[in-house]
Amino acid sequence: MTMAKRTVVADTAPRRVSDRLLRWETILVLLLVLVIVGNTAISPYFLDLYNLSDATYNFSEKAIVALGMAFLIIVREIDLSVAAIIAVASLATGLVAQMGAGLPILLLVGPLVGIACGAFNGFLVTRLALPSIVVTIGTMSLFRGIAQVVLGDQVINKYPSSYTAIGQTYAIDWPPLPYSFLIFLIFAVVFAAVLHRTAIGRKLYAIGNNPTAARFSGIPVDRIRFWLFVLTGALAGLAATLLTARIGSTRPNIALGWELEIITMVILGGVSIAGGSGTIPGVVLAVFILGLITFGLSLINVPGIVISVILGCLLITSIAVPIIIRRLLNRRQP
Amino acid sequence: MSLLLRYRELALAVIIAIMVTGIGAYAPAFVGLDNILRVFNDTSILAMLALAQMMVILTRGIDLSTASNLALSGMISASLAQNYPDLPVITYIALAIATGLLLGLINGAFISLLGIPPIVMTLGTLSVFRGMIVVYGGGNQVNASEMGEVFQAFPKVTLLGLSSLFWIMAAVAIAVWLFLNMTRTGRAIYAVGGNPVAARYCGIDLGRQQLIVYTVAGTISGLCGYLWVSRYGVAYSEIASGYELTVIAACVIGGVSIAGGVGTVTGTLLGALFLGVIVNALPVMQITPFWQMAISGAVILAAVIVNARAEKRDVKLILPEARRTAAGGVR
Amino acid sequence: MSAIINQPPPQGGGPVLSLRNVSKTFPGVRALHDVSFDLLAGEVTALIGENGAGKSTIVKILTGIYVPDGGDVIAGGIARKFYSPRDSWGAGIAAIHQETVMFDELSVAENIFTGHMPVTGSGLVDWKGMREKAGDLLKRIDADFSPDALLKQLSVAQKHMVEITRALSHDASVIIMDEPTAALSRNEIEDLYRIVDQLKSQGRAIVFISHKFDEIFQVADRFVCLRDGEKVGEGLIADVTEAELVSLMVGRPIDQVFPKRDIKLGDTVLKVQGLSNPTEFADISFELRRGEILGFYGLVGAGRSEAMQCLFGMTAPSAGTVMLEGHAIRIRAPADAIAAGISYVPEDRQQQGVVLPLGIRHNMTLASISQHVKNWFLSKSSELDTVRALGTRLDVRAAHWEQTLSELSGGNQQKVVIAKWLAAKPKVVILDEPTKGIDVGSKAAVHDFIGELAEEGLAVILVSSELPEIMGLSDRVIVMQEGRIAASFERGAWSAEKIVTAATGARKAA
Repeated sequence: MTMAKRTVVADTAPRRVSDRLLRWETILVLLLVLVIVGNTAISPYFLDLYNLSDATYNFSEKAIVALGMAFLIIVREIDLSVAAIIAVASLATGLVAQMGAGLPILLLVGPLVGIACGAFNGFLVTRLALPSIVVTIGTMSLFRGIAQVVLGDQVINKYPSSYTAIGQTYAIDWPPLPYSFLIFLIFAVVFAAVLHRTAIGRKLYAIGNNPTAARFSGIPVDRIRFWLFVLTGALAGLAATLLTARIGSTRPNIALGWELEIITMVILGGVSIAGGSGTIPGVVLAVFILGLITFGLSLINVPGIVISVILGCLLITSIAVPIIIRRLLNRRQP
Repeated sequence: MSLLLRYRELALAVIIAIMVTGIGAYAPAFVGLDNILRVFNDTSILAMLALAQMMVILTRGIDLSTASNLALSGMISASLAQNYPDLPVITYIALAIATGLLLGLINGAFISLLGIPPIVMTLGTLSVFRGMIVVYGGGNQVNASEMGEVFQAFPKVTLLGLSSLFWIMAAVAIAVWLFLNMTRTGRAIYAVGGNPVAARYCGIDLGRQQLIVYTVAGTISGLCGYLWVSRYGVAYSEIASGYELTVIAACVIGGVSIAGGVGTVTGTLLGALFLGVIVNALPVMQITPFWQMAISGAVILAAVIVNARAEKRDVKLILPEARRTAAGGVR
Repeated sequence: MSAIINQPPPQGGGPVLSLRNVSKTFPGVRALHDVSFDLLAGEVTALIGENGAGKSTIVKILTGIYVPDGGDVIAGGIARKFYSPRDSWGAGIAAIHQETVMFDELSVAENIFTGHMPVTGSGLVDWKGMREKAGDLLKRIDADFSPDALLKQLSVAQKHMVEITRALSHDASVIIMDEPTAALSRNEIEDLYRIVDQLKSQGRAIVFISHKFDEIFQVADRFVCLRDGEKVGEGLIADVTEAELVSLMVGRPIDQVFPKRDIKLGDTVLKVQGLSNPTEFADISFELRRGEILGFYGLVGAGRSEAMQCLFGMTAPSAGTVMLEGHAIRIRAPADAIAAGISYVPEDRQQQGVVLPLGIRHNMTLASISQHVKNWFLSKSSELDTVRALGTRLDVRAAHWEQTLSELSGGNQQKVVIAKWLAAKPKVVILDEPTKGIDVGSKAAVHDFIGELAEEGLAVILVSSELPEIMGLSDRVIVMQEGRIAASFERGAWSAEKIVTAATGARKAA
């Protein structure tokens, strides 16, 4: 290495088509196309606009939370308590409805309770430096437990129709977009912009790849992680508001098991569980893939639990296949 | 390795003793022999599952599919009893164990051979295993009356007042203890979880340890599948739903570190016992079962906070006065 | 594959271990080409070369992590291939790494015997036997701790001893020591030399890898020099000088003369008073002027990095004030320090300096990312302007600015880190061991660069354990010892002896 020669450094790597093709998002797009084609083949009702629009009800609330969960997983954290936060937020909404509150309060209570729960998680993880997986297993029990203690085996189902309309009618009539789906789309755009085009997004990737170096670079790692837990809690609270409005009732086992579906959306979307990588477009594609598979299969009356088998296999295959392909490719090279 | 309870476990044992005494003062029925035996019987399955999960967590992994494995194995075993109720009980048990082993092997193979992160793999098999109950049985439910006498009699066999559940758990606990403390593979598991790079350098292969622990964990889950179904007299797709989190909670309370490499059989058993006492105490204290989740959650959080305090990070002692006041190094 | 276990070192005669025409290629990189040399019993062979010369590849081949693409490793007269660390242990090869690679939660005895634990007749672990054997081995090197102690309770030097004991437990005939003195104090280094002598007298062959020439000349008998994956020289240490070794390593004679500068020092820009931490350092006070290079010298563990990191906001001080350009400032987090104009280039490049999976551009703009925000969004062109300017100025060698940092050499990574901190437009730059673990060529570049910074009016604090570097570059030197400032010297009024005496503590001799 002589000192006299100065290397000329190019701005970017030479672009290759194979780079584009081998990206996770491309594979997801192909998968989505497959799902759409497959579903159209097995049911004539699939490509109906109103049916598709109704299908979004089932996954929009989870998808909204998945956006926040994606940020958390990118910074190497996780929140298993999101479904329990939905339960508590729904409970709060129900109690407030029983007290005769008006629409604005009914809409705000959920997110506010979610923020409180998220702040609690964030405090335990950042201030007390506890691993998020076990903390959120604990708060998952605690939050849902609170809902159980207060409600017992009762159900709250007295909600004003102005409220339930939010969960059951379209925000826009044509194309028919339910409120929850519209909110998801808007949030998806915002989250994508933040992650891929702003300074905060850069910092998230840095934290996920090397939290120590991020700290040394002046990034307030703990503060960011705290606010991400608050954000995820708020999104869960918002999801609770929409979900409760949709089903018009609150019971302690609302959204049971949702945390695992939400995490599946994020992982299938290409966000690595080890942190530091993943994109919002990927998560959005995964949301559609999972949602449309569920919808399509339910159209031909496949029971929910069988659909979950298919989704479980999909999750595993989607992680396994790239690894296998990479191994085969490496073996070919000298 | 230490035969004596270490500081943390001693503290946990003391806490349990205090709890039991306290509850006993409020409701004397709690500390009656009857009830104590019941606690041990009720907690046996949780204890076994917690030991299985502990081995997995020791290798820096996690197994979210334990409960689903239990459910599927139990279902298959119960179906055999439903169709052939007069086989010797060992056949039903063997089938459940074999199913559990196979399911665990699937987890272990994908995780070790393909390098799929354990949380992702077992998240997938959580759904797949449970779903297979419906795929296989079509929503069938096996009731007590359909299971046959032989199938259900086994858990009811008692010795010294404790059911066979307890004795099987004791056998499993001893086996796991021997495995982890007295065999080279067992020590390799601690090594691999404590520092995978160093372990590789010593010639220990993470993949092999992973294959072993997930298979063993699955086998224990399978065994518990039979025990659960035969004890509660019902087998359907939703049994033990969500139980994997209770199992992980028992491990955490028992001092198993989620970071891997740290955890003992004694601690895990105490952790399971702790949860078992709480579950048992609620009806005795006339607290509705609705409180159970909330209390569990609070207890898990408390345990995590305490564990973290115990693993205090090293403070750098540079100033001579600081070094003098702190306990000296190792001589 | 590993049929030979516990092979005793040959008495005289042939070499213990030989490499014959060993080659190893990775995609795009020729790490080793046709390397051959012998290791003789009872001798210390220094393996020297710049970063990237191939030393660590050889270590990985010898310890079974890599398999050579060509050539043979001949152990005990037989050509061997090591497919796993177990194979190389079996052939009698052991290695001691720079950062000890062991198990904190397990006992010393277990650490020594993991992977080859003694068993009783029934196949169970023989704990008693293991403890006894461990105790015996520890006595052999005069270790003063018990085999039952947990590894996390030991000091770095004691952990090295455990690693050496582990090598002895395999009755290793070849012991590789990779930068073993990196974190040791003077006393501990002397202990290590003593152990090396003992190992030599036992007839073992030792490979000693180090960047510190004084250690090499103290402890090694022979040397093998690598450059760009090839062997460029070998021979007896007694027959060469340091300058000759350096020119062998680099391929041309290098002037170890530091740049001569004539800078007019400006106003005081930084004034630190009474900075203290309960356990790490106390009463750190100094002033720093524009254009000045202030050296901080001390033994490893003297508290310099801790004091600087506290100044930078990574930890909170228990007492003390900081004044920047006459104004008192509160630094509660690195972001405050950066905003005030203080940059800190960390000591541990891998863990603290770089984000390896990210690209050069992302790394370089990380500490100053807000400069490139226009209308809430990042401007890639603005980033590239900065990256091009700094990258060219520091002569970062890469294919393109998006290249992942893990693909760059250590020296280039360090340049990216320094560039990152310059992008933050600091008034004060703290460099903590900036040339640690980088090759001679990049080292010289960094030294030149430090001089340039001072010329431009920046105030520089240089924390270093290399005396020539500190004496060559600094205007003043502050010596820290056990957390306090022991002495302070002006250029011209110092000597190497005075500085080192202050660093080791005059009271020690009494």
